[in-house]
Amino acid sequence: MTRAGVVGTLLWATLVAVAAVVVARATYTTDLSAFLPSDPTETQRLLVDQLRDGLASRLIIVAIEGADAKTRARLSQGVASRLRTDRNFVSINNGESSGTDRDREFLFNHRYLLSDSVTPQRFTVDGLKDALQDTLDLLASPAGLIAKSLLTRDPTGEMVQIISQLSSGGAPRTAEGVWASGDGERALIVAQTVAHGSDTDGQQLAVEAVQHAFAAASAELPTAQAEPRAAATTSPAGPGHPSEATTVPSGTRAAAPATAGAKPLALKMSGPGVFAVVARATIIKEVTRLSILSTLIIVVLLLGVYRSVAALLLGLVPVASGALAGVAGVALGLGVVHGITLGFGITLIGEAVDYSIYLFIQSQERGGSGHPNWQRSVWPTIRLGMLTSICGFASLLPSGFPGLTQLGLYSIAGLIAAALVTRFVLPYWLPRNFAIRDVTPLGVVVAGLLERVSHARVALAVLAVLAGTVLYVHRDTFWNRELAALSPVSQADQDLDAQLRVDIRAPDVRYLVIVSAPDKESALGVAEKVGTRLEQLIDANVIGGFETPVRYLPSQALQRARQASLPPTAELRERLQKAVAGMPVRAERLEPFLLDAETARTQPLITRKDLDGTSVATGFDALMLQDGSGWVALLPLRAAASNPFAIDDARVRKAVSEAAPGQATVLDLKGEADRLYSRYLAEAVRLSLAGFAAIVILLLVALRSPARVIRVVVPLALAVLVVAGGFALLGRQLTILHVIGMLLIVAVGSNYALFFDRRATDSHVGSVPLTLASLLIANAATIVSFGILAFSSVPVLSALGSTVAPGALLALLFSALLARHLPPAQAVPG
Amino acid sequence: MTLLAQRKHGHVTFVEEHFLAVLDRPLESSGELLYDAPDHLEKRTLHPKPETLVLDHGVITAQRGRHTYVLALRDYPQIVPLIDSIRATLAGDRAALERIFKVSLDGSLDNWKLLLAPSDAAVAKTIKQIGIEGARDAIHSVEIQQADGDRSLLTIGADVGQ
Repeated sequence: MTRAGVVGTLLWATLVAVAAVVVARATYTTDLSAFLPSDPTETQRLLVDQLRDGLASRLIIVAIEGADAKTRARLSQGVASRLRTDRNFVSINNGESSGTDRDREFLFNHRYLLSDSVTPQRFTVDGLKDALQDTLDLLASPAGLIAKSLLTRDPTGEMVQIISQLSSGGAPRTAEGVWASGDGERALIVAQTVAHGSDTDGQQLAVEAVQHAFAAASAELPTAQAEPRAAATTSPAGPGHPSEATTVPSGTRAAAPATAGAKPLALKMSGPGVFAVVARATIIKEVTRLSILSTLIIVVLLLGVYRSVAALLLGLVPVASGALAGVAGVALGLGVVHGITLGFGITLIGEAVDYSIYLFIQSQERGGSGHPNWQRSVWPTIRLGMLTSICGFASLLPSGFPGLTQLGLYSIAGLIAAALVTRFVLPYWLPRNFAIRDVTPLGVVVAGLLERVSHARVALAVLAVLAGTVLYVHRDTFWNRELAALSPVSQADQDLDAQLRVDIRAPDVRYLVIVSAPDKESALGVAEKVGTRLEQLIDANVIGGFETPVRYLPSQALQRARQASLPPTAELRERLQKAVAGMPVRAERLEPFLLDAETARTQPLITRKDLDGTSVATGFDALMLQDGSGWVALLPLRAAASNPFAIDDARVRKAVSEAAPGQATVLDLKGEADRLYSRYLAEAVRLSLAGFAAIVILLLVALRSPARVIRVVVPLALAVLVVAGGFALLGRQLTILHVIGMLLIVAVGSNYALFFDRRATDSHVGSVPLTLASLLIANAATIVSFGILAFSSVPVLSALGSTVAPGALLALLFSALLARHLPPAQAVPG
Repeated sequence: MTLLAQRKHGHVTFVEEHFLAVLDRPLESSGELLYDAPDHLEKRTLHPKPETLVLDHGVITAQRGRHTYVLALRDYPQIVPLIDSIRATLAGDRAALERIFKVSLDGSLDNWKLLLAPSDAAVAKTIKQIGIEGARDAIHSVEIQQADGDRSLLTIGADVGQ
């Protein structure tokens, strides 16, 4: 080995070691943060907080399916009782009435502090008269049987008021004493985790706890049920992953299967935390599986071409070095490596393997005289191709979104490393007698084919016009501007989630009023002011309803005001006497009411501690969060029944800013997220175009000929255009990952175009068939690695794959067709 | 019972009186009853306060003022016998009646009286007896006696439509 070879190898070994350490110590995340802006506005910050740690992010909806309602109810009780003692959960609710006696007692004893209708007016003669009349009306209704027992203590119906306040969202239906879905076919449990939604490890613990509880509860079932299955919402992953299908031993093996037709018991879970856990497992699993698969196929392909194991192993060195350098580069440059970035690593196989293919095949030229010739004739083209790619990816670096910056940096570091290894390390490692199978015959065949279709150039112009027309026709529906398009959660799982949310009647937390205040009491006070205003919006049918922590625990000031509304006993008795005049009830019968009212006048105010052990605490804690040094009260809005899918948020905004200027914000979670993504998409398109411009400038400088630049750029632009047109024609909307894919088409395709350009401008650069063969094989490798990606269930990966695989093929084809005067096929080396 | 079972549809007015010990005189409400065989029953109270109670396939939807409540019948054991007595009688579903009540039938085809006593001890704590009177395929009144002595009497009035 030459001195240069030794230096190169040592340097490579050192860098690989350093990169390996960096990669091993890097932090990896799979949360949404990579897709949220690094420099958010106040609204975006609230959005990010809500998506990551908000009320909805800590909710796990557990559904038990299969068998019969009785068995499901038993299981629901078994699972819930286990989880209630589990430290991973703040609360577990399955509709069992165990908690409600305590709740009812708490609410009844504090009814004069909690009821919205307690005002001074309520206890005047007229107010009492109205309230009594309402209660009597209620007694005459079918609900009267329940209300009857309360009449003497609560004739003004405060308890009824509180219950309707708290049940404004409605409760799930129940079957066999536990919550069930609308069709009654699933038992439902709602679990609130301690871990924030962004804490994927914590969420995974919670998910596993649910699975264990389900397994244990299933094992306790008296009669063996047929093979209960536990599965998270998505397809199973490896052992220990939440989506792992756990077969729970059901008594003895010989146990009779469940009654014919009954489905086996199954556990399903949904919620942002579950999604994060499943997404992480899916991404890791898919990335691993697809990398292995595409590596295998490429290995087989290259073995078939090279007929040399040594060549194969050497060929993978630049790929592995590039992948390592990419991750290390991101870890060093950005601190955190996102899971999706790792997924992107697969794509690098496609391009980096090309370099060694060019080296091995094209260095066979001139009777295999070896690398020095290759370094002079082929390397400059590869170098230019690499620089072109880097120009493209560098355009992503200034992005305001960490996800794009990561992809850019990863590709740049990876490509530079792969190219440098190919140039300065690999050639010195080639054995003296290094030889691969002569692929000249393949090249001759390809050249012949190209000869025959060379007149198809005209067709290209037609194709370009067609693609352009399709794009123009679909210009309005071309882009998918919804953040959900990037979600790794499958459509089926999203549908299940939506269904379960309807079943448990969870508020659709799309619109939120967020109140921020330095302390709890003032946050509650502002929430009260906002609530009063929102009540008017309900009457105006702008919104259907809202939740507020104030219903669970009013501010001390409001509680005091309510106490002050109650007159002293003597006074109240006198007013009551007057109020009942003409009614079928005598005041004497209502003595217990006077007693309770007097107690309420002086009872201690409710504090958060008094809520402990009731489901009221859960409701309050979900809507009242400590945020750094201050407090945040959340008031989720519900759309009016007349327009269930949207809220006139401009009116809500106006009302809220009038009620509490500067203290409350209206947040449209979905709208804000989509706006954010839209900005992100627009930025990616803009940056990609800038990258394209940079590529053109680079080529102008390097080739010093506008005509040559056009010949290099046109096939690439055409390939992108046709792929985009194809998507539009198939009705597939493009996401940001398709844009990245197009950037990759240009990056990979530029190598092809440059090789054809070299052929056309320099007739002494070696064998045409060998160049063609190497391009074809490199192209096949690219198509394999991206083609496999296209079948991924992770939308981000499949978008990338389905863009690049056809794009790379077209780029090669178009480059070949547009190459100037293709030299005759018989120019075989001799 | 067979005659009742043949009747598929009904739409009548009703007046209901509630006699409560705690009150000096009875409360009165009125409205319309709608029935479609076998298990759709609607009680539309119009006076004194509009309220609609719909029973459909075992699920009750109650609408009162701005609020709508949805309940599964089986979860409210206090209400089940009240509703089911009427529904099962209308449907001529003797088997269903006998599942929850001890049933006795008196009188003639043109003037019959059905006495229903809850067989479930827990239900018997609130409801003592339900008496339903009628002629041929029509119900004339439903009287519900509660265990605490309170009672209500629902009297069926004129046929509305069809």
